[in-house]
Amino acid sequence: MTEHFTLSRRGFLASAAATTGGLALGFPLGAGAEQLDKLAQPEINAWVVVQPDNTVIVRVAKIEMGQGTLTGLVQLVAEEMDADWDTVSWSYPTPGENVARERVWGSFGTFGSQGIRTSQEMVRQGGAAARAMLLQAAANRWNVDPGEFSVERGVITGPGGETLTYGDVAEDAARLDVPESVTLKDPSEWTIAGKSLLRLDTADKTDGSRVFSIDFKVDGMVNAAIRQTPVQGGTVAGFDASSVEGMPGVQRVLQVDDSTVAVVADTWWRAKKALDALEIEWDFPEENASFGTEDLEAMLTEGLTAEEAFIGNEAGDVAEALGKAAQVVEATYSYPWQHHVTMEPMNATALVTDDSCTVWTSTQNAESDLAAASEASGLEIPQCDIHRMNLGGGFGRRGASSTDYTTIGVKIAMQMKGTAVKVIWSREEDMTHGAYHPATKARFRGGLDADGNLTGMHMRISGQSIFAGLMPFALEDGKDPLVFQGLQADGQEGQLGYTIPNLLIDHAMRNPPLRPGFWRGVNNNQNSFYLESFIDELALAADRDPLEFRRALMQDHPKHLAVLNKVAEGIGWENGAPEGRAFGLCQHMGYGSYVAAAAEVSVENDAVKIHRIVAATDPGHVVNPQQVEAQIEGSFAMGLSASMMSEITMQDGRVQEENFDTYPIVSMWEMPDVEKHIIPSGGFWGGVGEPTIFVATPAVLNAVARLTGKRVRELPLYRSGLRLS
Amino acid sequence: MPALTVNGTRHEVDAEPDTPLLWVLREQLGLTGTKYGCGIAACGACTVQIDGQPMRSCQIQLQDIREGEEITTIEGLSPDRSHPIQQAWIELDVPQCGYCQSGQIMAAAALLRDVPEPTDEDIRASMSNLCRCGTYNRIRAGIKRASELS
Repeated sequence: MTEHFTLSRRGFLASAAATTGGLALGFPLGAGAEQLDKLAQPEINAWVVVQPDNTVIVRVAKIEMGQGTLTGLVQLVAEEMDADWDTVSWSYPTPGENVARERVWGSFGTFGSQGIRTSQEMVRQGGAAARAMLLQAAANRWNVDPGEFSVERGVITGPGGETLTYGDVAEDAARLDVPESVTLKDPSEWTIAGKSLLRLDTADKTDGSRVFSIDFKVDGMVNAAIRQTPVQGGTVAGFDASSVEGMPGVQRVLQVDDSTVAVVADTWWRAKKALDALEIEWDFPEENASFGTEDLEAMLTEGLTAEEAFIGNEAGDVAEALGKAAQVVEATYSYPWQHHVTMEPMNATALVTDDSCTVWTSTQNAESDLAAASEASGLEIPQCDIHRMNLGGGFGRRGASSTDYTTIGVKIAMQMKGTAVKVIWSREEDMTHGAYHPATKARFRGGLDADGNLTGMHMRISGQSIFAGLMPFALEDGKDPLVFQGLQADGQEGQLGYTIPNLLIDHAMRNPPLRPGFWRGVNNNQNSFYLESFIDELALAADRDPLEFRRALMQDHPKHLAVLNKVAEGIGWENGAPEGRAFGLCQHMGYGSYVAAAAEVSVENDAVKIHRIVAATDPGHVVNPQQVEAQIEGSFAMGLSASMMSEITMQDGRVQEENFDTYPIVSMWEMPDVEKHIIPSGGFWGGVGEPTIFVATPAVLNAVARLTGKRVRELPLYRSGLRLS
Repeated sequence: MPALTVNGTRHEVDAEPDTPLLWVLREQLGLTGTKYGCGIAACGACTVQIDGQPMRSCQIQLQDIREGEEITTIEGLSPDRSHPIQQAWIELDVPQCGYCQSGQIMAAAALLRDVPEPTDEDIRASMSNLCRCGTYNRIRAGIKRASELS
């Protein structure tokens, strides 16, 4: 899980990606005098700008989309600097600047719960290096060894009590060489990092002044509404532009590319109205235009028993173990397509001239948008740039799965050179042209011995591969290793928490005609649902307590076990559920973090009421506990939406759900109380934004099964005759 | 030319009578704090207040607005983020991405005006705005905190 999300169009990203691991400090953190002159702000090094008034601007390579990474990264830099938190702010460099400076900021990609964990070392080094340079500048001023200084909140105190602020010496410090090495603070010494500080970006989200990409304006800008082919692979056969050209505000009716038509008007509403009135003829590939959810069902079912499959995890001899088992338990589960539904629909503003292409957009990976802008405009990378705007939600859609909004924006602007064009997808256009959570099924066979011990298990996954759909170059001899998230035998990313002596987990790849994407939690969502449901089914068949049954398989997985024990304790497992209610459990590992949940539910008239969920996460280190808590709660809302309420279906090759009326999500009404336990055990850096999303659903459904005997194997919930209360 | 009063100021606008108030606010008046989320009154991102009542502005056409009606958007809720809901939102770090929060705040402010000390059930029953980041529990806590601050 390193750089495989980066969509490399011209190769430059792929080659540069090799440099984005942890950085030794020989890396050019400093700007160099000639580059310094070109920068708008004087800087100590690439990460830190100190202004004469002692305010500190931290450059942030990752993007904020609600997950709190921005504040966390600034906390880490400020911590190493001993900066005054009250004077700290931030800015986003552009990907064009990053490329021009040999990717001094590393990868901008903000996905895979990597925002903090993959960049914490380099940003902390940046902060520590800035501190060393500021102190050296003071030492030069006073002619004293910097080892004799103390620093507090951006004020340097010399041995005789004399003081200088960081702002006083910033200009001198910027001229110094970057130190060859720095020592980072031990987390036990932290006073800014590790604390539940308030976010840096809240206030202007409360008065409407925060500018999201959809709000961006530039003089002379026009607005575009688009219609893309409703069937994957379809092309525009024709349209009568003259039929809408006379409508109010309409300036252009144009074909964007083979599969897209746009109406450009002075306002977006007028563009949309004209587009709605425009009749477009399409040509569709016949096999795609006849595909429906029932075909998906048949395709995935066939894969469950197919001969050939890619192996993800294997131990011992499953066939033999199942043959000798006293009891073989079988179950098949399914997980439907999901849409990201960022509250801010896809959009971008693009301005193309003969020798430049500029885009303003909200993206999780602006370097991919830069590559897309270059390709769509035909201009070289240095002629293009992307200005990163606030994201109204990302969840894997923007720049991580696709940069289609940038590509389309630039293609329209190419036909209107010199005029800035903002393209906004209507909610209907957005929902029917997503990058969908893959649809899969899984079939299990588990063997129990006469004492109810699990001796062998075969888990067959059948279904869609994200890599195959988005980035086939990442496949390994045809296999998509990402399919096995959370099921791997070893590694730091997503290790299976159970030791099963005879085990086979394999994948029959079946790819329906609908573009897949990375959807918060990605393949962990279904893998956790499948496995943790089946573990409970095995426990039931073995007549064992689900907690005890798990513990017996987890003796070699103490960190997995610790979070499970924590939620069991939190829910009061030992005491049992109150009358008329039941508890359910789940544990899983993903994105380097250990996570677990326990749910308390009741069911009345087929309505499932979640009374509370207890969550635990061990992400190794925690930079801002209250923001981790926010991610736990928020991820539960999104994870439960997918399992309990939402589903994308297809008929005649067309996505059927177009808006929130047919694709409902969890609201205040359904949202359960969440008790949060953050138990960082140190020694590693795990993710936060995604991991907890995949533990709420199995915990709830295991509780439902224990209470009612009804095992939910197909999602969403209504397929089992139940609904969320 | 049609006219309307927004945040205490009267505006004449160049828009067709069937243009949704949402898009008049965003495109004719430049008040982009009010957000487009669904266009079918399902998500609440476009919530404004009309004479103090929370309304989904994507479903109100320009021609539906009567003379004398006072429209309040997020930009007009307070001059300096001093409304108790805004203060509570900042104190508790309620927003994540923030996109839905203008609508949440306008709905919450209307609730607080009608029910100064709302219970959990009051909040559950009246706050139907969607948030994909899932900030609901902090919204609930924020409304209760705002009630204390009022």
